[in-house]
Amino acid sequence: MHRTGELFGQFETLEQQKETASLGMWVFLAQEVLFFGGIFLAYTINRHAYSAAFGVGSNTLDIYLGGANTVVLILSSLTMAMSVWSAHVGKKQLVTLFLILTLLLGCVFLGVKVVEYKQKYDHHLIPGRSFDITYCSNNPTACGLEGKDLAAEKEEVEKALAADPYLNSHAQLYFSLYFGMTGLHALHMVVGAGLLLWLIKQSFAGRFTPSYNTPVEMIGLYWHFVDIVWIYLFPLLYLIDRHR
Amino acid sequence: MSEHIVPPKIYVVIFLSLMVGTTLTVVAAFQNFGQWNIVIALGIASIKASLVVLYFMHARYSVGRTKLVIVCAVFWLGIMLALTLSDYSTRGPRESRLHVPTVVHSLGS
Repeated sequence: MHRTGELFGQFETLEQQKETASLGMWVFLAQEVLFFGGIFLAYTINRHAYSAAFGVGSNTLDIYLGGANTVVLILSSLTMAMSVWSAHVGKKQLVTLFLILTLLLGCVFLGVKVVEYKQKYDHHLIPGRSFDITYCSNNPTACGLEGKDLAAEKEEVEKALAADPYLNSHAQLYFSLYFGMTGLHALHMVVGAGLLLWLIKQSFAGRFTPSYNTPVEMIGLYWHFVDIVWIYLFPLLYLIDRHR
Repeated sequence: MSEHIVPPKIYVVIFLSLMVGTTLTVVAAFQNFGQWNIVIALGIASIKASLVVLYFMHARYSVGRTKLVIVCAVFWLGIMLALTLSDYSTRGPRESRLHVPTVVHSLGS
């Protein structure tokens, strides 16, 4: 049996039923805010304590890939919002189209993330025994560094080493938080992609109408929340130390 | 509440504002404002997040109960951040404040 927006016994009106679903979703998101908030807090405290190492770590990230991903994710929020609108005005085909676009943009985001992770792996920046924050300045060809970039990289690492003799350990803290935070965010994206697949299937069956579109709206709320997490992650992880 | 249909024009305007915000963040990150860099970055991020919550997530058109949950989420987050940071920033001798206890340095280095 499929739900089509009929009134359940415990509610008085359809409007109340929908408001309840929305309230429940927001309570879940409030929990998510605190869940991510704890990790952001851990990041803030460590970043304050080991700012030299966090600065060097942050500057190894690719600002173009990060920026492009920000645009992709915000665009996917727009397409998600548009699919909710399409459902409200009863344009069934547009609902499907916008849901597919959202899913595709989500996949682009995850694909870019894979490229970034692979780069960190190649540059010995995965926390663990082979972690080496000086790897790129010592092996410039492996990192594609030359000329001015190499000199800047060497100078930066030397400066940071002078400020923090335990740079390698503290840089690992940065990368642990980087992989933890972006990984958890990516996991949310994967879950979101799964939910979108289900929505697309339902949408192909023409299930979403002006009188029944609660799933699109609720999963939309989730998707936008994941977007908000990235809005904070991008400046905190990629941009904290670009001004030097 | 959700019966209020937000027209696509508003969504597009919000999307464009978010793009402007992203550009501003990146541009500001390359300028040296000293301690203000982080404040500016988080300020812009918070404006962007508010736009998403208010318009994409329809908070502006929601009933009071939903708004209360949103305010509570932010408030609780504020409690967690404020109390923990005030603890870390006032512990121990003055010069080592906001420094977490030394971690084990056996890894690599």
